[in-house]
Formats: sequence, C-alpha cells, structure tokens
Amino acid sequence: MKNNGSKSSDPLVIAGRSFASRLMIGTGKFRAPAEMTASVEASGAEIVTVALRRVDLDNPDDHIMSYLDASKYLILPNTSGARDALEALRLARLARAAGVSDWVKLEVTPDPRYLLPDPVETLKAAELLIKEGFTVLPYMPADPVLAKRLAEAGCATVMPLGSPIGSAQGIRTKESIAIIIEQATVPVVVDAGLGAPSHAAEAMEMGADAVLVNTAVAAAADPAAMAAAFAKGVEAGREAFRAGLRRALNTAEASSPVSGLPW
Amino acid sequence: MNAASFYEAWNSLPGETLAGALERARNATAGDVNAALERVPVDSDGFLALISPAADGMMERIERAARELTIQRFGRTVNLYIPLYLSNQCVNDCAYCWFGSSRAIERRTLTLDEAETEAVRLRVEGYRSVLLVAGEDPRHVTVDYLAGCARLMKRLGFAFVGIETQTFAVEDYARLAAAGVDGVTVYQETYDARRYRQLHPKGPKRDYVWRMDAANRAARAGVRSVGVGALLGLGDYYHDALALATHVKHLYRHHWQTAVAISFPRLHAAPEGYAGGGEVTDAMLSRLIMAMRLTFPDAMLTLSTREAAPLRDRLFGAGVNQVSAGSKTSPGAYTGRGAAAGEQFPVVDDRPPARVIESIRGHGLEWVFKDWDASLLPVGKEG
Repeated sequence: MKNNGSKSSDPLVIAGRSFASRLMIGTGKFRAPAEMTASVEASGAEIVTVALRRVDLDNPDDHIMSYLDASKYLILPNTSGARDALEALRLARLARAAGVSDWVKLEVTPDPRYLLPDPVETLKAAELLIKEGFTVLPYMPADPVLAKRLAEAGCATVMPLGSPIGSAQGIRTKESIAIIIEQATVPVVVDAGLGAPSHAAEAMEMGADAVLVNTAVAAAADPAAMAAAFAKGVEAGREAFRAGLRRALNTAEASSPVSGLPW
Repeated sequence: MNAASFYEAWNSLPGETLAGALERARNATAGDVNAALERVPVDSDGFLALISPAADGMMERIERAARELTIQRFGRTVNLYIPLYLSNQCVNDCAYCWFGSSRAIERRTLTLDEAETEAVRLRVEGYRSVLLVAGEDPRHVTVDYLAGCARLMKRLGFAFVGIETQTFAVEDYARLAAAGVDGVTVYQETYDARRYRQLHPKGPKRDYVWRMDAANRAARAGVRSVGVGALLGLGDYYHDALALATHVKHLYRHHWQTAVAISFPRLHAAPEGYAGGGEVTDAMLSRLIMAMRLTFPDAMLTLSTREAAPLRDRLFGAGVNQVSAGSKTSPGAYTGRGAAAGEQFPVVDDRPPARVIESIRGHGLEWVFKDWDASLLPVGKEG
C-alpha cells in the first residue's frame, strides 16, 4: 500500500485533487518576474502561492499571475497582510470575484514583526470561508489542538509553521509538528522558516505531506538552482519516510511501518 | 468512503497487507522484539513483534517497559470499578454467552428501585465507578430505562457511569451522555466477519457492521470515554489483536477528544453447544496487554474478574490500570433479594475487594475509587 515505488503512485491529495509534487512555492520577494518563473519551473511545484495584496486584479496584464501558466499550476491566492478574520474574508472574496480561485491559503498575521499567525482569528476566518464554499489551507501556529479544530472546521490541509516566516531557522516546532502529523486527518504542510533543503527533507522524513518554501528560494544567490535543490530535499525526505525510516527518538513520531499497515 | 467508519477503514485494508502483517506476528524474531522495545511507543511493526511468540522469551524486559510506561502516564495507581447487572433478558443468542435467548436461566430486569438498592450497597462499600451491564431486549432495556439508571447512579454519587449494553445510534448515545453516561463499552467479540456471523445466529447483534462502528457513534455523540475489546478465544488471536489495535488507532485519529479504554475479556467456559475457536493462553493474554500498553500509553487497560487471582495479581500495573473486584454477574446479586438470576459468566477471581487491594498494594501501587467527577460533561456540552 505504501512502499510501492514511484512518485506517480504516491500523489499528494488535497480536497480530492492530486499533485505529483510535494513542494509548494511562494512567489513573493523575487527580484524579477523572470527569476520567479524560472524558480517555479525548477522547483517542479504544482501549487504556487500568490499574495493577493500584491496582485492588481483590475489590470490582468500587469500582475504576477500573468507570468504563470494557470493550466500548469494551481495558483493559490493567500491572504497575507490580513490582520483579522474579516480582512482575510474580504481578500478571499476579491480573489474569487476576479476568477483567481476558490482555494485560498489563509494567513492572518496581526503581528508585523514576526508575522506569526493569529490562532483565534485564523479559526474564525476558516469557519467563515468554509461556510462560503472556499477550499481553505490555513497557515497556523504549530499547535496540535488548533490543528484538530481547523480540520474539524473543514480545512483541506493544516499548515503549521516550522519557525517564523523568512527566519530560515528550520523546524523549531518539531515536537508539536510530530503530534500534528500523528493525529492528522488532512494533509500536513510545513510552512515557513525552512531555510535549507535539509530542513525540507527533515519535515518530509517526519511524515509531513508537503512543505511550502518562499524566502529561502527567492533570496538565494541563484534562486532557480535553490528551487531545484529544495525539490531534491523534499523527494529525498519523502522517499526516506516511505522506506521506513528508523529513529532512536522517544517521541510521538509518525513512521511508515514495514508491515504496510496505516499506523 | 466514510473516513470516520472503522468498518470501512478495516475493510479497505488490502488482503495481502493483512495476511503479511499476520505472518509477521506469527514469525517475529527476538530481534524484532528488541527493535520494538527500543522504540516505545511502538508502531504496527512493534505491536506485531510484541504479540508474537518470540515475545515470550523476553517477558521480563517487556513487563518492565510496560510498568514504567503505566506509572509514567497514570502514576502509581489502579482504578477500581464494579459492574452492576441490570438485566439478563436478551433476544440475541450468542453461542458463547450464558444470557443467550436459548438458555434456560431465570431472567429479570431490575426496576429502578431494585437498581437503587444494588447501587446503594456498592456505594456503601466505597465504589465510585460503576459499569451498568444489560442484555439486549428492547421490551425491557430501552434508552429511557438506561438514561433513568444513569441519572440514578449520578444522584447516588457515582462519579463515573459506564454502560455495556446493546449498541445505539448517535442520537441515543447523545441522550445517554446527557443523562450521565460517561463511558460506553462495546466489545466486537471477534473482528472476523465470518466467524462473527456463525456465533451470532439471531437478534439485532447479528449486524457486524453496525456493531463495528458503535464506538465511533458513541464518541461522535460526545461520550467522554469509549471502551473496546474482543472476546479472546472466539477468533484467531493474531487477527483479533491486530484488528483491535487498529480500531483503537482509528478512534484516536477520528475522535481526538475521546478517551479510549481497552478490555481483555477471555473466554474460559462457554455454554453447552459452543464450538470453540482457538485457545488463548495466559502467555498470549499477557503479551497482548503489554503490547497494547506499549502502543497506547494513554489508554485505560481493563482486566475483569473473569481472570484468576494469580494472573491478575501478576498483571496489576503491568499495563493494566483499571480492574474490577468483588463483581457479581447477575441482576440483583449484590443484595441477593430473592434468588439471584442467571449469571453472564462465572466470576473466577471471587476475592473480596479488600484482598484485591492488598495485592495491588503489593506492587507498590495505590487503588483509586474515584478518577472522575460528575461535573465533567459530554464533549461539546456546557453545564
């Protein structure tokens, strides 16, 4: 059931839609659109996030999405900049009205310094968005109870942070993410703080379903080469997880049993 | 597929995966057991090694690990509970059960007054945790009747009220929870569907699928604690052990706010006409209990008076953290007013609670009557 080979037989399934790549990539912070598109291409990612606040929805030729082939990628608008649930809701409605997507990466970050997600407003926003028919992928603090609450609210994934956005500190929330993975009923995407391909590999080895990276790629000297390196890190980590990684750790950590049973 | 259905989850397991896993359990090596002990809590690979015959040679180490983990999670305590049989009337005819409708036994259902007399006696003896048990007979044991009994138990000061009865729909479990039912115990008896049908020739209990998802329904209704188990000896030991562990995993995954208890009833004597399954030895039972502890550090592991005193004494604290003592298994038996009606099964450890407590203390453990409070309401309800 689990250890049967190639990537195509191990798709990432979110809200009923299958993806071959387990790397998602953000489009902020690139120096130039060409660098961004080359990096997205090199990453192999199929899910690409776009900050709605940076998109000029009235001017379709001039915004970031005109550089991305919508038939190749799932363009996932995010609500970055929203400080509470209602702001996130307004951004998401705008995106839908402009025909961008019914899917939304929910980000509610009232704190301008660390951009840490607000758990209370995030849950509120998720409930509102789901009621309006959105497919919601929430960025969230690595809190296992919040993860359960968001999944119960109907979110399509949970996206716990490894460390603060752009900090490149890697997975500093490891114990909590391990519990989130252990208890998950929706895909777990580790988002934020991944500074190196080894961080992405670590998340995948732990049993995360996918990772999302932006700054580490955009800020690299050679963004496209870094995107390719992240793709390898993700694949290596996933393959190790599926191969039945053994660790001498005494924590609640997901693994892939040789028996092929789902626990 | 309905992800919240354990029946569907278990059924969707590929046949070759299940067969392979059972092979692993039968043929595990000492090396596999070693590897499991280095990685506690264990995953399914570890579980299969720990229930394997290879574990017998390493019981000392396994028991030490199980005791340590039990103490780490529950402290040096063992909970004491008492079953209160409300009714032995039953429309099912389970081949292994002395309440089966074809058995000629004296039958009765306690009135609320009679149940009160029994319960008061148990309260006077100090019990604060009660398990209400009844056969399945819709004419006598209804949701209203059980809700009335649960309210009565709360009024008499039982902190924890569990039921072990026929299974119900979500709405009925919600009503029972609102009336004071804190725990629902449903044994699948055997997870082997074919064997299950052989053993349950008639009555509503014949519905294997409905029973399989009963614990999920109770959890969904907000019941705070659900108990599961297989009646060991009915089906293949390895199959039922693995299905039970997978069931517990499933409950944890889909009902994160619900506590899970696992019981280990074993068939010792059956009524005439029962055609046996496989024997489950003391060693196999011990392996299973400790494997469950090393897989599920947080689960309540329950051992009843079906088991003999020497074995129970050995297992207190070795994974087991909840036991009954002084049990009687027929309605009205505690106060003995009139002739006691037929028993569900013979009690083997018939020592008075004081003697059981002595044994628990011998392990450096303390017995606890109360581990719950009436102010703890069903999940999602506020007072």
